[in-house]
Amino acid sequence: MFVAIGSLTVMGVVLGGLLGAAARFLAVEENPLEEELKELLPGSQCGQCGFVGCSQYAAALAKGEADITLCAPGGKAVIEVLAKKLGVKADLSGHEEKGPEHAFIVEDLCIGCTRCIRECSTDAIMGANKLMHTIIVEACHGCAKCEKVCPTDAIAMVPVKVTLANWHWQKPEVEPVAHAH
Amino acid sequence: MKLYPIRGGIHPEYRKELASEKAIVVLPMPHSLYIPLQQHIGAPAEVLVKEGDRVKKGQMIARSQGAVSAPQHASTSGTIKAITEVPAPHPSGLPQTTIIIEADGLDEWGELPPSIEDPFVTDPAELRARVAQSGIVGMGGAAFPAAVKLGLGAQKKLDTLLLNGAECEPYLTCDDRLMREYADEIIDGARIMARALGTPRIVIGIEENKPQAAEIMTRAAAAFPMIEVFTVPVQYPMGSERHLVQAITGLETPARKLTADLGIVVHNVATTRAVHHAVRFGRPLLARVVTVSGAAIRTPNNILTPIGARVTDLIDFCGGFVARPESIVNGGPMMGQPLSSLEAPVVKGTSGILALTAEEINDKPTSPCIRCGTCVTICPCGLSPLDMAAFIKKDKLDVSAKLGVMDCVSCGSCSWACPSHIPLVHYFNYAKGVLRDLDAETRKSDRIKSLAEVRTIRLEKAAEAKRAALAARKPAAQSATAEEKVSA
Repeated sequence: MFVAIGSLTVMGVVLGGLLGAAARFLAVEENPLEEELKELLPGSQCGQCGFVGCSQYAAALAKGEADITLCAPGGKAVIEVLAKKLGVKADLSGHEEKGPEHAFIVEDLCIGCTRCIRECSTDAIMGANKLMHTIIVEACHGCAKCEKVCPTDAIAMVPVKVTLANWHWQKPEVEPVAHAH
Repeated sequence: MKLYPIRGGIHPEYRKELASEKAIVVLPMPHSLYIPLQQHIGAPAEVLVKEGDRVKKGQMIARSQGAVSAPQHASTSGTIKAITEVPAPHPSGLPQTTIIIEADGLDEWGELPPSIEDPFVTDPAELRARVAQSGIVGMGGAAFPAAVKLGLGAQKKLDTLLLNGAECEPYLTCDDRLMREYADEIIDGARIMARALGTPRIVIGIEENKPQAAEIMTRAAAAFPMIEVFTVPVQYPMGSERHLVQAITGLETPARKLTADLGIVVHNVATTRAVHHAVRFGRPLLARVVTVSGAAIRTPNNILTPIGARVTDLIDFCGGFVARPESIVNGGPMMGQPLSSLEAPVVKGTSGILALTAEEINDKPTSPCIRCGTCVTICPCGLSPLDMAAFIKKDKLDVSAKLGVMDCVSCGSCSWACPSHIPLVHYFNYAKGVLRDLDAETRKSDRIKSLAEVRTIRLEKAAEAKRAALAARKPAAQSATAEEKVSA
């Protein structure tokens, strides 16, 4: 019996010591939550949340220093997944869901200053100095940074058009049947 | 001839007798034809003509672009009146680019590709090219480009071409009439398609409620030992390709797989006839048989309609309405979609136009689910409609996806059977649409992510190059000043 107690104690001490050493020497510096949150964000580094990029916003979220409703291109969908991940309740009252948008250049007003091109984080604007610019809609995720820098207000944000390819049925509206009794 | 049972299903009132004994008649050529660029699944066709051009019957007026696409042809000779946006034959009524041809009444054929003399010694690739060039798409309703489906033989090991003559939708009789009147053409087309696919065996599946069609097809197929005709029990949705395959072979197609993964390719009988015309005579797909029926129609009929004729042309030809139609349906009453406008054109996938009276449709008020389980028993896909609908109602679409809403074929059996009149299939169509949107969004955001990453790398590289250039200039400048000092 003493042998059993002794051997288990020795094993406990040795293995516990190993775990303790591993925790000290093999520790991961980074907060794993930060990495997971970064995966959930759009990753376009648009900076509209007020942070430099998505990683910085994720870091702030992980520390609980930032609100989950700041990501503009992500919209409601991102707010919901963030709320789920962080276990907080999403307050959507202040959030106005606009639906997907993309930038549109009014070609008559564009002077070809290339400011928007330098601003675009996904290379979604085509054009050159003193030449008219245009938006590649497939690459635009609607961060609206270009809209803000345009000196001639030639850029507008427009909703993504509903076409035969992306149309679908709306949710059925079922009115409850009033019961007589 | 052993058959296998399929799961669930319903027996609605078929009402095929309204049109089943009406021989196919030809619609007089309308004055104007409206030919949309997209009548198929895939990329829309690209316009080849301009306003004012003269076109001849059979001339290609829009060519296919991309791997999955189909060209469009002029259904008659005439002048291009306009290329403009016209409401599509779609429940949304959204406009789509359409070529409008003003018919000249001559119906003059243009130059057609030569007929392929002996298709059974021709290279399958050439047969596929001919089918692609002829603008043939699946005419059962889904309108998937037929040539793409014929190309499956090159990718997968196939053993059977299954011809779908089940026509399980109530009211519709166009395939029934085609099989009765043009059995030889269908059989020939099927043999050509089997050659293109490389399948040694052809099976034709016909529902028992079409005994004449089954008999005529059996007789026409008797000369060819490779062809077998099966009569399958009347059970909606027997005409769904997965279910027809299961009834005939006993094999169940796994979720998110194709019947081709089981070695079977399914084509509709009307598609087969179009292939016969394309290969034997070089004629592209210019017309199709449409069943016009429903209690609101004066004389229901099966009409050979040029592609691009408007729905209103068909209804006028049938003598207009005898009663106020409560709903105009594009397709069958189970899976068809409401038409928003009678001005919409008939396209390659239009199998029927139904004008239904209030008695024929179910618009009773919805009451709460009583959990009777009828929908679970009849769901031919083995899903649980009541649970999926409850979650969708509460906007928990992710849960409905886990329950398999994406595997729903939208056959509508659950909505038909529900004693509480819950629009179950409407919930599923909505959920499928939203889930597809989300999927597209995820794919887009992945792309955006990689675009942003590429840009960051590029900017870093540019900055690096700048620094390197600066560093290279500095020592050079320093040494230059040093030299100056020395010389001084």
